[in-house]
Amino acid sequence: MMGFIWFWLVAVMIVGYVVLDGFDLGVGILHLFLPRTEAEKRACLHSIGPVWDGNEVWLLAGGGTLYFAFPLLYASAFSGFYLPLMIVLWLLVLRGVALELRNHIDVGVWLSLLDGVFGLASALLAIFYGAALANVLRGVPLQADGYFFLPLWTNFQPGVHPGILDWYTVIGGLVALVALTLHGALWLSIKVSAELQSRACRLINPLLLGLILLTVVSLIGTIAVRPVSLDNYHRYPVTFVVPFGVLAALAGVWWFNRNRQPVKAFLSSSVYLFFMLAGACWGVYPTLLPATTGTDRDITLSRAISGPHTLSVGLAWWLFGMTLAVAYVVFVYSRFKGKADTDGATH
Amino acid sequence: MTPELIHRLHFAFTITFHYLFPQLTMGLGLLIVVLKTVALRSGSEEWDRASRFWARIFGINFVFGVVTGIPMEFEFGTNWARFSQLSGGVIGQPLAMEGVFSFFLESAFLGLFLYGEKRISKRMHWFSAVMVWLGSWISGFFIIVTDAWMQHPVAYSRLPNGQFEVVSFWKLLLNPWGLLQYMHNMTGAVITGSFVMAAVGAFYLLDGRNKHYGRIFTRVGVIAGLISTILIIFPTGDLHGKYVAKHQPAAIAGMEGLFKTETGAGIVLIGQPNEETGEIDNPLVVNNVLSFLIYGTTKAEVTGLDRIPRDQWPSALPLLYYSYHIMAGLGTYFVALMIAAAFLLWRKKLYASRWILWLLLISFPFPYIANTAGWMTAEMGRQPWLIYGLMRTSEGYSHVVSAGNGLFTLIGFMGLYALLGLLFTVLIYREISHGPHSRVPEVNTAMAD
Repeated sequence: MMGFIWFWLVAVMIVGYVVLDGFDLGVGILHLFLPRTEAEKRACLHSIGPVWDGNEVWLLAGGGTLYFAFPLLYASAFSGFYLPLMIVLWLLVLRGVALELRNHIDVGVWLSLLDGVFGLASALLAIFYGAALANVLRGVPLQADGYFFLPLWTNFQPGVHPGILDWYTVIGGLVALVALTLHGALWLSIKVSAELQSRACRLINPLLLGLILLTVVSLIGTIAVRPVSLDNYHRYPVTFVVPFGVLAALAGVWWFNRNRQPVKAFLSSSVYLFFMLAGACWGVYPTLLPATTGTDRDITLSRAISGPHTLSVGLAWWLFGMTLAVAYVVFVYSRFKGKADTDGATH
Repeated sequence: MTPELIHRLHFAFTITFHYLFPQLTMGLGLLIVVLKTVALRSGSEEWDRASRFWARIFGINFVFGVVTGIPMEFEFGTNWARFSQLSGGVIGQPLAMEGVFSFFLESAFLGLFLYGEKRISKRMHWFSAVMVWLGSWISGFFIIVTDAWMQHPVAYSRLPNGQFEVVSFWKLLLNPWGLLQYMHNMTGAVITGSFVMAAVGAFYLLDGRNKHYGRIFTRVGVIAGLISTILIIFPTGDLHGKYVAKHQPAAIAGMEGLFKTETGAGIVLIGQPNEETGEIDNPLVVNNVLSFLIYGTTKAEVTGLDRIPRDQWPSALPLLYYSYHIMAGLGTYFVALMIAAAFLLWRKKLYASRWILWLLLISFPFPYIANTAGWMTAEMGRQPWLIYGLMRTSEGYSHVVSAGNGLFTLIGFMGLYALLGLLFTVLIYREISHGPHSRVPEVNTAMAD
């Protein structure tokens, strides 16, 4: 029971991270080409300036929660995905610094450099996150002791000894890239105005079309690479609602965008991300990290779970703390609601 | 180079660089609250501008703290997997609580504090400053709880699979080691904040610009500096040292360079520990003082390294010894400097005494060195244990990550952090050059002076 609860609590943290940091990653990607003047660039950045740091906290809090609830999974996955995780860390460092330093520098050449770093780091992070999720869904070559180490690539084929990047995980990366770019465009359509807003809106439909195609390809790919992903769905057919939810959410993005209801379109995109992640979690549950080396080596819930007292104590403070955290998040977003400030930084 | 060494260097390098930033965040956070409070109560525009100036520096510093802090939480898993697997049920708890209770609070109110001044009331803006400060101190608390458990494991049991399990949540959080270390560490952070603020003030006064702000900064820095430099020695350092002596005799012996158990042990002020001969070379010793400091009597016996099995000696003995001596030596200098400065402030001579302003200006790097040396003392004193008495460092690193892969990312971090260090220096230099009137410098500076 505790395992079930903590599995889904960790999943909630991941969804929270992807939905929230997702749009500021998306804005980062769009920042590469969408804004044309310095004022437009500032408008883009101000739409995420007060919140990006808080959005990244979901990653940290999620990582910490994973650490104490499933220590074996945390230890095995973090050491096994050593190289890509370190690259992700470097990207997070570069991106955060580039974004924040833009407020403190006023030399055009350096601003261009910071813009480039910020945008490229955002794009690469989106790709890495998608590839990371795909790695989990595909499985990794777990040894008998529950550990593994993956090279960045081998022959680009999923199999018993794959690399971080193979054709399947690259598709996962592209899905994330397009999905988060769309998510960011929808956020901008709420937060900015005038010419910039209409340019963001014009991007939405092409992105949506690409996302639908990639989503379908990735679903087929998942079933091809790990057919047992469908087992839970066959056992509980009602859960086939998840793929329909994915499609309905995409339809919602299209419909609300067409009717100029940007907030609802953005929420639809959030629902899309939620269903994609929930569907993926359900596809592996109750395994946490599948083994390509035989199912008896899977890292399962019962194998990775912490001790009972740790988990029950954790549940008490977690619920209390996350209630507070959600209250802060709601408060901050309500203070900064409406169009982003465009009249320069206040610090 | 063994994988163990690489993983140790990896963590040591990234955490040492990281902690340069949070110590200022935590110290300055408190001082900004002081500035904001005076501004709010007096309605003074100058104190408000003073706080806004420090908020800009705080903002830059905070971001560097965040981006260098994210890797730390990951490195438990990436570089210390076997340790994490066994200890996650205990120390994963405070680490997750840091995220849930501190980072959400801190980031939410930092956004309001830095970006929201026009959207919220003055009182709410003051409140945001308080929450940011509080968030940073809560964050520090959970990190200390984590470290304290590795230094002095309490409130745990072992599950059949070898994992550690919490048996008492409150005993874990209120680990006496952690409380003592927390007081000592936070005082150290306030020292960094005070010295930095006083140094900027001294710079303006010596340079003859922004004089009014120079006085505010020097005054606040010196008063906070006097209080914190006294507290760092007594009671926090004193109590913490005695507790370490009780529970980690090997660490104390290594820190003091005490090779032989002695009654009425003397304290070594200067000298080089020689592991081969088991003696201090070129020693300058004050008799009986160590016994007195630890046990309150000059006759007490202090355990030396001779009573400790060789395989439990701190593994980097000379470095431990030097770290401790650097920390303690600088701490003594700090209190002398701040007493002198506070005396001149009281006699209303501080702002014109160029010699002490010069000392205040050039002393700002020393608290960074002292804080770093203090942490090196704590962590190298713990060696060769990862969890004191329970798990050796050699048993905890990620065995699947080879030395080659570890060195690859260590070099990557070194390059990246060299760049960050340069950027930080340039940005802070720029803010200080612009001064508290950075938006329209020329006109306002002329008017204010």
